[in-house]
Order: sequence, then C-alpha cells, then structure tokens
Amino acid sequence: MDFLNAIILLLNYIFVPALAYGSQLALGAIFVTLIYGILRFANFATGDMMSFGTMFTILFTWYFQSVGIGLGVLPTALLAIPFAVIFMIGYMLLIDKFVFKYYRVNKSPPVQLAMVSIGVMFVTQAVVRIIIGPSDRRFFDGEKFLIRAGEFKDMTGLNEGLAIKSTQVITILVTVILVSTLFWFLNKTKTGKSMRAYSDNEDLALLSGIDPKKIVMITWIIAGILATIGGALYGLDKSFKPFTYFNNMLPIFAAAIVGGIGNPFGAFLGGYVIAFSEILLTYAYKKFFMYVLPESMEPDGLVQLLSTDYKFAVSFSILVIVLLYRPSGIFKGKVL
Amino acid sequence: MRKNFNVIAAYSIMMGLIILVGIFQSWNIALSIFNLCLISAVMTMGANIQWGYAGLINFGIMGYTALGGLAAVLISVNPVQEAWSAGGLNILFSLFFIIGMVLAVRYVLKKYEKSKKRTYIIATIIVAGIIIIRFVSEPGIEAIEEVDPAKTGFLGGFGLPIIFSWVVGALFAGGLAFVIGKVALGLRADYLAIATLLISEIVIAIIKHEDWLTRGVKNVIGLKRPAPYEVNLQQTDWFINLVEKFNSGKLSLISDFTERQSALNQLVIEGSSVFVKLCYSGLFLVVVIILLILTQKALYSPWGRMMRAIRDNEEAANAMGKNVVKQHLLIFVLGSAIVGIAGAMLVTQDGLFTPGSYRPMRYTFLIWVMVIVGGSGNNFGAILGGFVVWFLWIEAAPIGLYLVNLTTAGLDDTHFLKVHLIESVPYFRFLMMGIGLLLIMRYRPKGILPEKIEIK
Repeated sequence: MDFLNAIILLLNYIFVPALAYGSQLALGAIFVTLIYGILRFANFATGDMMSFGTMFTILFTWYFQSVGIGLGVLPTALLAIPFAVIFMIGYMLLIDKFVFKYYRVNKSPPVQLAMVSIGVMFVTQAVVRIIIGPSDRRFFDGEKFLIRAGEFKDMTGLNEGLAIKSTQVITILVTVILVSTLFWFLNKTKTGKSMRAYSDNEDLALLSGIDPKKIVMITWIIAGILATIGGALYGLDKSFKPFTYFNNMLPIFAAAIVGGIGNPFGAFLGGYVIAFSEILLTYAYKKFFMYVLPESMEPDGLVQLLSTDYKFAVSFSILVIVLLYRPSGIFKGKVL
Repeated sequence: MRKNFNVIAAYSIMMGLIILVGIFQSWNIALSIFNLCLISAVMTMGANIQWGYAGLINFGIMGYTALGGLAAVLISVNPVQEAWSAGGLNILFSLFFIIGMVLAVRYVLKKYEKSKKRTYIIATIIVAGIIIIRFVSEPGIEAIEEVDPAKTGFLGGFGLPIIFSWVVGALFAGGLAFVIGKVALGLRADYLAIATLLISEIVIAIIKHEDWLTRGVKNVIGLKRPAPYEVNLQQTDWFINLVEKFNSGKLSLISDFTERQSALNQLVIEGSSVFVKLCYSGLFLVVVIILLILTQKALYSPWGRMMRAIRDNEEAANAMGKNVVKQHLLIFVLGSAIVGIAGAMLVTQDGLFTPGSYRPMRYTFLIWVMVIVGGSGNNFGAILGGFVVWFLWIEAAPIGLYLVNLTTAGLDDTHFLKVHLIESVPYFRFLMMGIGLLLIMRYRPKGILPEKIEIK
C-alpha cells in the first residue's frame, strides 16, 4: 500500500506535470529547430512569437465567450485556436516578407539574422504589450479537472490523491496529434521531403528543382501553427503573461539544442528531457521516502537536490554539459 | 577635422538633445539620463571589443553586470560580525572544498589520458564534492540567514570605499568570463550566443537565491557613496553660498527677505541633487575617457590589427601563426571585465543592489541594440549608440504620449481606445527600439558611425 502511495505521489507531482510541461516545451523546440534547420538562424523571437499567437487565441476566446459560443466541458480556447493560427500565419509571412527575406536573399551570415530576430522580438513584444497589456491573464473555462485528488482518494482508498487537470490531458493529446501529423508530413509527403532535402543541402535541393520560396513559406506556416498551439496550451495550463513567455524561450532553446538543433524528433524528446530533469531535480522527495523507507530511516530534511529557485538553472546546466560533451546534441542535429 | 566631421556632428547633436531635456524638463532628469548614458557607454565598449574587434557574440552581458554589482556590495558594505561568527567558518570551509575540488579535477585532467575512466573519476569527484559542500555549508547558510534577516541576514562585505569595487567588479566579471570562455568559446557563433545567454541566467539565479552572500531578492540598500549626500550638502555653507552666487540674478528680483530665503532653500535642495549627479558624471566621465583612450590605442596597435584579421578570416590568421583560441579568450575576458566595471558603476550610482531587476531585455539585448545602432568596431560609434539608445529608451514614453495624443486628438478623452493607448505608452519604447534596430540593420548595417580603419 505504501509503495502504491509512493508511486501515485510521484505520478501526481512529477510525472503528469512534467509530461504536460514537456509537451509545451517540445512544441516550442520543434518551432526553433524548424527555423534553424531551414532558414538557418537562431530565432530569438521564439518566446514572443508564441505569446503573439496566444494573444490572438485569448482575443478570440473573449469574443466567443461574449457572444456565448462555447464547447461545454472543453475550454473555449480550443475553438479559438484555429482562428488565431490563421492570424499568426499571416503575421509570420508578413514578418518574413518585410524583414527576413532581404537577408535570406542576400545570403547574410546567420549571426546577422539572429540579430534581426532580436529586432523582431522587440517589436513583437511591444505589440503584444500594447494590445493586451503586460499583466497575467487566465482564459481557461470549462471543466477544470479530469480527476480530482479527493475523488481519486475515495475511489481507490489510497492516502495520496492523483489530480489530473483537463488542460494537462488536452496538452498531451494535442501535442501527440500535432507532432505525429508533422512527422508524417515531413517523412511521407513530397513537400515534407523537399523541406528535409532543403535543410540537408540547400544547393543540391535547388539543383533538383525544389522551389525555395515555397519551402520557406511552408516553414513559416508550420512555425505559426506550432507557435500558436504551443503558446496557447501553455497559457491554458498555467496563465498568459508576456514576460513569462519571453523567459520560456530559454528552456525551449535548451530543449532544441539538447535534442540536436535542426532535428525535430530530437527537439521533441529534448522538451521532455528538460521538463523531467527540471522537475526531478527540484522536487522534495521527503514524502516519497516516508512511504518507501521504514520509519526508523525517515529523512529529516526535504531531500531536495536543488531548491526550486534553480528550476531554470537546471535546464541550462544540462545544456552546457551537452554543449561541452556532445555539441551536436543527443541526436545528431543539423538535418531535418 | 573634416575627416571627423561625422563624429563631431553626431556627438554635438546628442549633447544638444540632452541639454534640451535639461531646459524643457529639468536638469535633474537630463543629468540622470547623461549618467546612465555614460554607464551604457562603458557597457557598449565592452560588448564592442568582443563583437566589433573580434566578432565574438556574447549575450551574457547581464551576468557580468550583475557580478559587477555584486562586487560593489561585497566591497562597500560593512562586515556583519554576528553572521561571520555564526556561519563564516562553514562558508570558508566550503570555499576550501570548492578550491580543492577544482584542483583535483585539474589534476586528474592533467594526469590521465582522455578516456571513459577519466570522465567517471571526474564525475565522481564533482558529485562527492557537491554533497560534502552541501553538508558543510548548509548549517552555516541557515545560521547566517537567521542573523537579523530584516536588516542583514548575509555576510556583508569588506567595508572599503565603493570606488574600489569598480576594479573588483572587473576582476569578478573577467574571472567568470575566463571560465565561460574556456568552456564555450569553441562553439559556433549562434550556439555561443545561446550558451552565454543561458549561463548569464544561471549567474542571476545564483545571485538571486543565495541570500547569505547577496541578500537575494531582499536587496541591499543604502550603499556607501563616492559623492556627498544631498542632506549634508544642503547644510554646508560653501554650497549654499555657491547656489546663491549662481542664482544671484534670480534672487535679487525677490525683495522680501523671508521669501528670498525660502526661494534660496528651494534652489539649494534642487542644486544639491544636481551637484551630486554632477559628481557622478565627473567620475563616470573619467572612466569612459580612460577606457576610450585604452581601447583606441588597442584598436590601432598591432594587436588590434591581429584581432581584426582573426575576425575577418580565422583560418588565414591561424595559418599565419596567430593563436586564435588564446586571443579569443583574452578578448572575451577583457570585454567582460569592462562590462563588470559598468555593473559596479551602476550599483554605485543607484546606491542599491536589486538582483531581481536584472533582466535580459534591459541588460543584454538593449546593450546589443546600442552596439549595432552605434556602429560595431568603432569605439566612438559604440559610445554614441549607448547615448542615443538610452536617451530614446527614457524619452520614448514622453514621445509616445505625444504621438498618441496627436493621433487620437479627434477622440473623446474617455474613449476606450485612447485610454488603452495612453496606458500602454511605456511599451512604445520596445517598439521604437525594435523598429530602430530593424531599420539600422537593413539600411545602415554598419551603424550610425561605421567602422573605418585608417593606417597610421
């Protein structure tokens, strides 16, 4: 019984939250990796692009709520996401046309493009803050929990409750659907294959008649979808605040690099690696050991490897270690 | 003269703008903008050395700034005796253990060939070391943080004049840069950017949460000053006489004695804060000029030529027998040290250390905007960038407000759009910076004052 309690404890506080957080990071990391693999620069506007997409989701959600359209137990935001995606794609293509295209045509070095992306970051951040303001926004509605801790306790008779938020389930389901569609697209369709070819060797791809304009456009469209959905899921699960989104750029970068930048599958797994290590290393295991160990051996302290203040620092340290020992990431990067 | 026309014109316009602020807003604001411009100029010089001279991309500026600030605290604050007696010994022991750990790792690295076994030994040393340090330091840290947490709760510093911290800040930042450089300089440009950005976040996390060293988010306030205090100035005779002399024309217009006295009082209060700011400006100006002379000398020296050669073609420079790795590390350390000076100067000027205020937007990306806008590779350009961008950063809100009022003049004062726009005026600065950066990158990629190398 104690052992079961311990398992439920870990599931409740580590596994489920990490899985949801990891999915959100994974979407962002695939976004970074796609841009890096095909457009060949580190996009420092990642976090703010995600907050831009989320902003549209929130605006549409508010609109739907005001006219009384809803999905019942599901959050209205799910209905808003497709509309937000359309706006977001428009924004992405606009930015590409007016900003990034010039440098791509001129074959500027990647560093210059990264600098330009900082300019885009400033502008996007300003627009988000001007339109929706810098404060915390919650836009979740519908049924909050799939399983409540109390219900779970009654149901199983265990001491520990397992609470599963509906946003966590939605996050994981949407991520699985989206990512598997993306991989199917990249691996099976002609356009996807040409994207991978372009990422692998630009000149050779051009020689074989692949249209770079189309590749770039599709990349931005996919990026827009990923950014909006990733951002909206994060906002649903936690809350929307432009500053947090900007900060999320850092673990997202870490995830992309750990997985091997330029490799979508690596980025996908990288998101979970970062999320799990952040939560595993900063969780206080006292209660876990209380269940598992006999009473005489119970620990005095919190048995916490690192204080939760260092949550971000964990992912960055992993990144530094990976960069030192395996600069190409866990999975070899640079090829889609 | 003709050759430097651009530089002189740009700087005159900049000074003119600051003077205009002084006339139309107040001299206090103008001087505080000027002081922060000078500090930004020091930061941009540091970043410019790395990016403009050597082409190294360093997004960790925030970390070095914070370390400089930490130096200011550690140098100037008086030591907290009770804290030292409560847990100082544990902290010293942990320090010894850390040094021992580093030496052990170094020894293993030197002694054994690269192999799996070596990696495991190093990992064991580090893990064991961390556990030991944790056990030794934990009671000490708890004891220290319990010493009067509302006021101290940290070890304090050395109680020296705060000016020394400018040098120490440089040493701290340089030391950190040495470690980071050893680790990360082999990376490609954009990887280096991301790695330094993340490492600087780790530095901030440590400064924020190690309360025994820095008081963390509880902030350290009331640091010593290199300049006199306003309150003291207001009671000194020579200062009151000075203010009287300066404003004799204005004062003589007031006939009534008591009224004149109160007017004088008002002027003294205003004058004292201007005077203090002027003291700071003087100190900062000295630093900027010294650094400018040094960096200009370095730029035109054979060493500067070598750095440019490395920047422009690493392989060719390497083939000519220049030690690229060593020079990169050197310039990485030098540039970061300069940023560290700026960090210490910033805390000196504010008189307080607030770890929570270090954000990458303000301390990393804004500095980069300054370097790019001003002109990378050209010290005068970088300094000008610091001035222009900081000036706009501060004045963006008034300008934004003016623009909003202008464009929504037809709307009612309570119209929701107008109210919303006026509320979001502070964010126009981000918009302005972003658009400015994009325009400069597009139409004048070398900055306002581009790099130009004359052979002397």
